[in-house]
Amino acid sequence: MSGAPAPEFKNPVVRWIDVRLPVFTYIHNEYTGFPVPKNLNYFWSFGGMAMIALIGMIVSGIILAMQYTPHVDYAFESVERIMRDVNYGWLIRYIHMNGASMFFIVVYIHIFRGMYFGSYKQPREIIWILGVIIFLLMMGTAFMGYVLPWGQMSFWGATVITNLFSAIPVVGDFIVTLLWGGFSVDNPTLNRFFALHYLLPFVILGLVILHIIAMHIAGSNNPDGIDPKGPQDTVMFHPYMTAKDLTAIVVFVLAWAFFVFYAPNYMGHPDNYIPANPLSTPAHIVPEWYFLPFYAILRAFTEDSFLYIPISWLMDAKLAGVLAMFASIALLAVLPWLDTSKVRSCRYRPVYKWLVIVFTIDVLFLGYLGGKPAEGWYVTASYWATFWYFLHLLVLTPVVGWFERPKPLPASISKPVLDAAE
Amino acid sequence: MRKFIVSLAAVAAMAFGAASSANAAGGVHSPQEKWSWTGFFGSFDKASAQRGFQVYQEVCSACHGLDLVAYRNLDALGYNEAEIKAIAAEATVIDGPNDEGEMFERPAKPSDRFVSPFENENAARAANDGAYPPDFSLLVKARATGHGNIPYNFTQWMAGRGTASGADYVYALLTGYDDTQPVAEGKYWNAYFPGHAISMAPPLSEDAVEYADGTPATLEQMSRDISTFLAWASEPELEQRKSMGLMVILFLVVLLGLSIAAKRRRWANVKK
Repeated sequence: MSGAPAPEFKNPVVRWIDVRLPVFTYIHNEYTGFPVPKNLNYFWSFGGMAMIALIGMIVSGIILAMQYTPHVDYAFESVERIMRDVNYGWLIRYIHMNGASMFFIVVYIHIFRGMYFGSYKQPREIIWILGVIIFLLMMGTAFMGYVLPWGQMSFWGATVITNLFSAIPVVGDFIVTLLWGGFSVDNPTLNRFFALHYLLPFVILGLVILHIIAMHIAGSNNPDGIDPKGPQDTVMFHPYMTAKDLTAIVVFVLAWAFFVFYAPNYMGHPDNYIPANPLSTPAHIVPEWYFLPFYAILRAFTEDSFLYIPISWLMDAKLAGVLAMFASIALLAVLPWLDTSKVRSCRYRPVYKWLVIVFTIDVLFLGYLGGKPAEGWYVTASYWATFWYFLHLLVLTPVVGWFERPKPLPASISKPVLDAAE
Repeated sequence: MRKFIVSLAAVAAMAFGAASSANAAGGVHSPQEKWSWTGFFGSFDKASAQRGFQVYQEVCSACHGLDLVAYRNLDALGYNEAEIKAIAAEATVIDGPNDEGEMFERPAKPSDRFVSPFENENAARAANDGAYPPDFSLLVKARATGHGNIPYNFTQWMAGRGTASGADYVYALLTGYDDTQPVAEGKYWNAYFPGHAISMAPPLSEDAVEYADGTPATLEQMSRDISTFLAWASEPELEQRKSMGLMVILFLVVLLGLSIAAKRRRWANVKK
């Protein structure tokens, strides 16, 4: 995208630096001179919110790491020392604890926006794939972070999730031993999870930078899903989008603050205030809420599940569940090729629009089921909800792309549908 | 903007619905009690918490530890320095080694954590027929399983009720014994304990303690007081958290107003 030419910097110090290291030209070209479609709605602010969440998590996390002790005998107590004895430790810890949930909420909405308005399509496939990798790394980071307080859910969640890898043929047991650093979830596990939990956010940050660089090549998609035709269709990122994003970010921080100060434990599990005890299994082991849809998919592959019976000759149910869970995320990465339609935005896709909405409801429903015990109608419902998840991605998305008749696209962003109807 | 808020609210409501479903696992729900520390301006009833502390000292502390709370923390309940020193001095801690390399006993100091009734979990189990009396420091938080169905639970949390469902449970448990119900040998029937058979004998009875402030020590009164004390022990930061939250939210609301005004002004010349 070509912006306005870099201005002559008036400040001699700025000019001196810019000749040697053109950071100011770069900032100008990528922000002050970076055109974005002027019809972006507030769904386009969720990337900025996610960035704020990531920075907030890194800053609060580093401060927590100064006080935390990664040892099975001290981890729980060191977290409680942070809560009780460290000055404003409760504030930092609640910011971090709720920040994880807030980060996932905005990222889920960010992903939904990408799906609904077709932001994954040509020429933005790599932006999308980087996003899926960021999402995967977030899940890994969040999972390992949840283990660190060494409460009952930390320990048993870690046991259940790491055990999944044992389903992988041949190398499964080797991988599990490697993750544990021994033969059960124990001190070495806690130590390596702490090290990785500190490392991965910076990997995420690096990928986010690539995600943004790639986005600055293709430019932002927009609710109409058509390319800007010229300057009349765009505004500069700064100051227009910065002013708009600031408003959205303040709303986001308000919501975050509300949870930190008034409902800090709502999104957590009470059992995690009981110290880890390898001899006592909690009645229901539930992962954090943001994993629940995938947890439901994992559990939908039981011996008598209609999803499993057709492939029962090939593998055991546990492996099928693990593969399905990873496939449910891996398939998102190839969504740009599963979707055969040339039209980006669901605004002009009368059939697929409803499919995306139903898919969203399906994922939320899977989340609900993932939090329920595996009994009664919950089990049957999770078979069907899982079935719909894969049907949507593997069958409906390509087929609808071939047969759907899209609505006429507007001629340009400034000239709405009226002209297109000519 | 309006559309955005509506869609955001819808997505958020569904996400939080999923969140609370994780909390809703199992058990009889305890009836909701009125507590002084719920809501956005709530604070602990100090007199009740002090009475609860007396109940803890005279009854519960025979079996239940309070490992994460230090004697010095009691100043938050309104005890002065001399009182706290006296309270601490009643307990004995093992310190050392001294210059001769020996461990020695000394009276506890305000900086010490509450001294546990048992050396370790095994000693506690041995003294209690194999049952383990849980530590009280985080009991209210650890028993805060919610308030019932998902939408109701959500509104209660949003109204600032927080982990009060844990205090509801403590209160319900202490008042929920019924010796007319059949139960296994060595167990006691309790309406609110999961499975109804609890190893703890009814710990409180009328006038189990004599309150220093003259409040009649009924079963309900003592149960309320100890629940209040335990809620404080679980979340000693609660009052500071809520008052700071008010300032933060007010600041952010003002900032939101300014940012909306700035955004409108900036976008005024952009044609739709």
